[in-house]
Amino acid sequence: MAETLLSVEGLRVEFKTRDGIAKVIDNLSISLARGETLGIVGESGCGKSMTALSIMGLVPIPPGRIADGRILLDDEDLLQADERRMRQVRGNEISMIFQEPMTSLNPVYSIGNQIAETARLHEGLSRADAMNRALEMLLAVGIPAAEKRIHEFPHQMSGGMRQRVMIAMALACKPRVLIADEPTTALDVTVQAQIFDLLNDLKQKTGTAIIMITHDMGAIAEMAQRVVVMYAGRIIEQADVTQILTDPQHPYTQGLIRCVPHLTQNPSVERPPLLEIPGVVPALSQLGQGCAFAPRCQYADAKCRAEMPPSAAVDSGHEVACWLVEREAAA
Amino acid sequence: MSDHDDILLEVANLKVYFQLPRKHLFAKASQVHAVDDVSFQVKRGTTLGIVGESGSGKTTTAMAVMRLTPITAGKMRLGDTDLVALAGEDLRQARARMQIIFQDPYSSLNPRVRAGAIVREPMDLMHIGDPGERDGRVADLFGKVGLRPEQQALFPHQFSGGQRQRIGVARALATQPELVVCDEPVSALDVAIQAQILNLLRALQEEFGLTYLFISHDLGVVQYMCDEIAVMYLGQIVEHADRISLFTEPLHPYTWALLSAVPSADPAAREQADRIRLEGDPPSPIDLPPGCRFASRCPFAEARCVAETPALRPIRNGHAVACHLVSADGVPPQRRAEATA
Repeated sequence: MAETLLSVEGLRVEFKTRDGIAKVIDNLSISLARGETLGIVGESGCGKSMTALSIMGLVPIPPGRIADGRILLDDEDLLQADERRMRQVRGNEISMIFQEPMTSLNPVYSIGNQIAETARLHEGLSRADAMNRALEMLLAVGIPAAEKRIHEFPHQMSGGMRQRVMIAMALACKPRVLIADEPTTALDVTVQAQIFDLLNDLKQKTGTAIIMITHDMGAIAEMAQRVVVMYAGRIIEQADVTQILTDPQHPYTQGLIRCVPHLTQNPSVERPPLLEIPGVVPALSQLGQGCAFAPRCQYADAKCRAEMPPSAAVDSGHEVACWLVEREAAA
Repeated sequence: MSDHDDILLEVANLKVYFQLPRKHLFAKASQVHAVDDVSFQVKRGTTLGIVGESGSGKTTTAMAVMRLTPITAGKMRLGDTDLVALAGEDLRQARARMQIIFQDPYSSLNPRVRAGAIVREPMDLMHIGDPGERDGRVADLFGKVGLRPEQQALFPHQFSGGQRQRIGVARALATQPELVVCDEPVSALDVAIQAQILNLLRALQEEFGLTYLFISHDLGVVQYMCDEIAVMYLGQIVEHADRISLFTEPLHPYTWALLSAVPSADPAAREQADRIRLEGDPPSPIDLPPGCRFASRCPFAEARCVAETPALRPIRNGHAVACHLVSADGVPPQRRAEATA
């Protein structure tokens, strides 16, 4: 096992709402090794993006509150770091690619300026050196005619180009951890494939570890080595990507994989109805005592509704939080 | 029923150009060729899918069929009605026969109107049924799309995304349309909710014999929903086939590239997939290159591709393709490359 670069231990994030305290993230522990890609999957409202924001130190406080836990980068607890230190960490050691390349670039600065800003702030480069760095990054992410494009503005570029600029910006200071929050949902499949290749390529060259947040199991299969499945702020299953895809244990994970019509090369003439996960993700302030997934789970029984299942190992590196799996193991 | 009656929607040589403002007074006027010479037919009770990247003209095609965007040239026929000739009150009346389900369930419902009234409104406008019976029909539609009758009194913000899309479906069905255009009906929804809406759409199609024109960029969804599929690239149909042959034997290099770009969740399929990566973005629809529009990104392009525009020609069993390099017996260039390699 490679050395651990980033680890989150027992993280709990709470938000104060009108209906009481909502546990947005509850007892979350993940670890990320150097050069590894970790996928985080789940529906919206499951705490995926909040995990990313916690690591970046960007949880809005108040109404948010980090109630418990540690986030260790090497041996430094980022939750204890002051704002000055966090500014050094953000963009320099951990950086993030946001979901919307349309809205996360500043429309009134040229893209060269925006990339150079990161390098100037973190590494104290001169204006000219920073622009050279920006050009270097644009070339690295495969933007054609980069010398010309560097002076262009975001509105002059297509969605795929803008996402490349975002990646260039995130990688300008050679961060050790890159968090990609749904980096390709707004893009066409052909462009998505280009971005995935680019990320994999950069990972190999620079050894950057990637946390990839998505709801697309296909994207996970393509990119991640290890997968964490979240539901209502908790990890309900984590394993190797092949274990998750071929042998998912939690009913929610099974549902997530089977409810999507996957593209196949030899489609059958019959089209059986898709498996549905009934209902929606519950409001976090209204979680009961039991398993959060129980109201939507076809296998749920009295125990599921009464008690929260603990996370248990079913295989090496494969952990599931479900009473059902527990019971089967006992039988 | 003759073959002619079987076809509900027929579109022939449809063109939609958008005029761009002149750069300066004496500049040459330029146009966006959003839809350029598109022809297709949809059989009654079936689903035609239109796929393509953003900017390929798939939504503009649907909007033209709905007569929601002015068309530049072409013929469109819904049943025995000539859609292009309709105007004024006749056009308004014809809208009852074709309805649309929009992509974004958050912006396509009026936030100030109760859900029941949203579904009732098309019936009031079109004078469908007896006014006294309309409330009963609204309740009926709510049941059909899987909502509870008492939810009629709620406002859109009180529903989840999936439920809102169900309201959108109920509204589209209120006028008992023959043709329903589904413009990316699930792409704004959560993965787990998509299956609920897709299953609902298929169940309703079976029950009411609906005909769908299904616009999507998600090939997995299209493969599941559609009987026939047209692949569009820069305003033109480059390949048209039934769902089995399109996915087992894609002929156009663009279709092949599109299929291979979809990340697969099946590890076995990923290993054996013959990968191809397209470089760059599609050319601008304003200054179109001569010849095949895909030539600049096509790995197999030859001199002929840049010079001559390929026509959409039938290969076998209704499988049509617009590519010079597909041989007459239906061997696509990607297969030939394999054989020589």
